[in-house]
Amino acid sequence: MRLRRPIARWVAGLPALALSVALQAGEAPDGAPLRGTADLGVVIERASGRVQVVDTTARASLGAVEGLGDLSHAHVVYSRDGRYAYVFGRDGGLTKVDLLTQRIDRRVIQAGNSIGGSISQDGRIVAAQNYDPGGVKLFDAQTLELLADIPAVYGDQGARSKVVGLADAPGNRFVFALYDAGEIWVADVTDPRRPQVTRFRDVGRHPYDGLVTPDGRYFLAGLFGEDGVALLDLWRPEQGVRRILGGYGRGEEKLPVYKMPHLRGWAVAGRHAYLPAVGRHEVLVVDTATWQEVGRIPVRGQPVFVMARPDGRQVWVNFALPDNGVVQVIDTLEQAVVRTLEPGRAILHLEFTPRGEAVWLSARDDDRVRVLDTQSFATLAELPARSPSGIFFTARAGRIGF
Amino acid sequence: MAFDRWATGGLLVLAAAAASAEPTADRQRELVRLVRQDCGSCHGMTLAGGLGPPLLPERLRERGAAAMVQTILHGRPGTPMPPWQPFLDAAEAQWIVDRLLEGFPER
Repeated sequence: MRLRRPIARWVAGLPALALSVALQAGEAPDGAPLRGTADLGVVIERASGRVQVVDTTARASLGAVEGLGDLSHAHVVYSRDGRYAYVFGRDGGLTKVDLLTQRIDRRVIQAGNSIGGSISQDGRIVAAQNYDPGGVKLFDAQTLELLADIPAVYGDQGARSKVVGLADAPGNRFVFALYDAGEIWVADVTDPRRPQVTRFRDVGRHPYDGLVTPDGRYFLAGLFGEDGVALLDLWRPEQGVRRILGGYGRGEEKLPVYKMPHLRGWAVAGRHAYLPAVGRHEVLVVDTATWQEVGRIPVRGQPVFVMARPDGRQVWVNFALPDNGVVQVIDTLEQAVVRTLEPGRAILHLEFTPRGEAVWLSARDDDRVRVLDTQSFATLAELPARSPSGIFFTARAGRIGF
Repeated sequence: MAFDRWATGGLLVLAAAAASAEPTADRQRELVRLVRQDCGSCHGMTLAGGLGPPLLPERLRERGAAAMVQTILHGRPGTPMPPWQPFLDAAEAQWIVDRLLEGFPER
């Protein structure tokens, strides 16, 4: 007894000693290098069911995670700490990827055909938006346990609508649009097993995507079936949905649309929102104080992503076929295109680094990602990637509506 | 004028000749890529559907091949399906439909 106690104490002290040595060497207890996540992200390799984990400081790939299924229309949201990426695949796969270990933490197949997802304001609930079966499902962000199913049933025949535009909003709410029904639903998930849904009907024909403004106040649903955008003030939902930009096409026949535009909170730069005109070679500029159109900017083709640099000084635009090799830069002071770039073949997506000094672009048909300086437009780096599409950085973890 | 008409006629004959021929091997690869990647943005890269309906053989056999060629070339008004005529001729659309009906090549 007298001998054993000091030995036990000494043995018990060993792990602490090992830990302190490891920490001095910059390693986590399990041997992985210690690092933060705020400069990490993922690049979707759409044809390979794979994501690359990338470091925007080193401008390098840290590794790849495979086995994520059909990523032909993938979306990613992040846990609050930026460690886990929730990857939503086309085939209904929802995969929680650990960026630090570059492994799959959890994976479920939650639907037959899915289009994306979102994470709640408090980070506890992940929501997936589905085409088939049409609706939204809520999952525990830690375990991916199913918490609730919100079928997008409309009309009196029990039909289910495809869901688009899902975004998180303050008050632990999710907002989304029903493509087939022309409705906007607001789901309060304060009690995630019993979500409370408020429906707004007849918002417009065929909403194709939606966004929540960076302050979390407004939800906008772009309409494919008619000219205009449906607007809901989430601070005053009792006022209902109103129409902005009605008839922006002036009754002209719209051009065939070879790729649906996308909307998200990055459409807002300063007090203006920059929105793709569906079937037109224009970006529409709206004053977010009055929601009146204040201008339209002619661009090279049909806009797909219209994304503001985080400081709002520039707005970058990529295009549908046949102009998908071109990217244009709008200067928001001049309200005009100041630069036309050809950064590669089939530019599918772009993402700014958190403070906007660089932008990463995926060139699908060149099998590479190109990193450009947003001031000089010089190429800073090129990374090989197989048919890259979406690029998502962890800075999204701290933003509402992403 | 006469020369213009002759030239136009000549082009039509050439276009008709091209339309009846099977696409070259290079062109076939481009078409497969177009269908997988660009049609795939609405119909899914595996063609199992998305905003647009599935393009898998069992779902397509119910519809006539001729109607499908027309849909590819001219689109479907009132839906997001655009006309692909700027990118394809009739023979190429027919080739795509034939491949879709037998199970579309991966690459």
